[in-house]
Amino acid sequence: MDKFYVILVGIMSMVLINNFVFTKFLGICPYLGVSGRIDTAFGMGMAVTFVATLSGTLTWLVDHYILMPNHLEITRYICYILIIAGAVQLVEMYVRRFFPALYDTFGVFLPLIATNCVILGVCLFINIWGIDNLLEAVVLSAGAGLGFALAICIMAGIREDLVLADVPEAFQGAPITLITAGILTLAFMGFAGMIK
Amino acid sequence: MANDAYQPSLLDALTVGIWRENPTFRLLIGMCPPLAVSTAVKPALTMGLSVIFVLICSNLVISSMRNILKPHLRIMMFTLTIATFVTICDLYLRAFLPDMSKILGPYVPLIIVNCIIIFRAEACASKSGLLVSLLDAIGTGTGFTIAICILAGIREILATGNLIGYRVMPEAFVPWLAMQMPVGAFVTLGLILGLSAALTGKNKGAA
Repeated sequence: MDKFYVILVGIMSMVLINNFVFTKFLGICPYLGVSGRIDTAFGMGMAVTFVATLSGTLTWLVDHYILMPNHLEITRYICYILIIAGAVQLVEMYVRRFFPALYDTFGVFLPLIATNCVILGVCLFINIWGIDNLLEAVVLSAGAGLGFALAICIMAGIREDLVLADVPEAFQGAPITLITAGILTLAFMGFAGMIK
Repeated sequence: MANDAYQPSLLDALTVGIWRENPTFRLLIGMCPPLAVSTAVKPALTMGLSVIFVLICSNLVISSMRNILKPHLRIMMFTLTIATFVTICDLYLRAFLPDMSKILGPYVPLIIVNCIIIFRAEACASKSGLLVSLLDAIGTGTGFTIAICILAGIREILATGNLIGYRVMPEAFVPWLAMQMPVGAFVTLGLILGLSAALTGKNKGAA
């Protein structure tokens, strides 16, 4: 029951209340750049969720079992970025070998994900929040990825309709997308403060 | 000097990043820090200077090893170089500006995955000599700093009525708290981009 509570609260908190895109501004580049169609946005979101969970877990393990006992915290960022790059490479090779259909759907996004702020962001935040058990680290990193997927899918849906809207010429493209994102943030502010 | 493909004039290398290819206003890359730390001018300026430092160091290192880079390990070498300098920068901030380091929090280490630095390493430093890379880094970094400070200035004035601690708005001014929240960042940047497109008659973002 206790573990179930941790999972529920963790996912809720990361997806709705502390959504990385809306409250921490992480992953803005793909959010503005890629999100033009819902199906590609969904593929990207799922790929990010997968890599975020994997690297969040791995960095937590490396941090607690290799870096901290040996007092190597100074190399933390270099280790994190190596783990993320390695995880992305591994996932890409694995998916291409065993799930060719899946690879065709979101394989093109995989190399991009290595430099996605959400991934490094979740590893850093897990460290800053001082999470000290593995379950919470896994839940939080999965939640961060899901939150990104939700944000990018909502944005893609809005932009599919925005194509038909009559936007002043100077505001077409990036400006109107940013303003839309701002209004969307306002909506998500309604969740603020529900859980610490 | 095997592969010096990118050879602009020296003046061009310095100025291209400040306005014509301003990373934030023109190219729309590396958008996380401009939105996240632009609540006030001081953290924004610190962020800008950190980016300039990392950009100059990584551009110089990458430019000096451009002839021994292997294509498939390129990005890996870029990220490791950048991560090293970001670590130096983060430790420096933590030691000498602890308050600022607390405000900026994870956004300093997030410079590692900032697209601006990788983009300049790929587009300029790995293809040109030390002097051009240095000027390019200074130019792009300055462009980024100017952009982030403009955004932070507008947000700080409207959210608190102050600018770097000095009162600039009349007494009767009611602070717009929303400007300090994420919505303020998005809408301000959107309006700046839209207005600059309307004034210059150009809009690169239009589909």
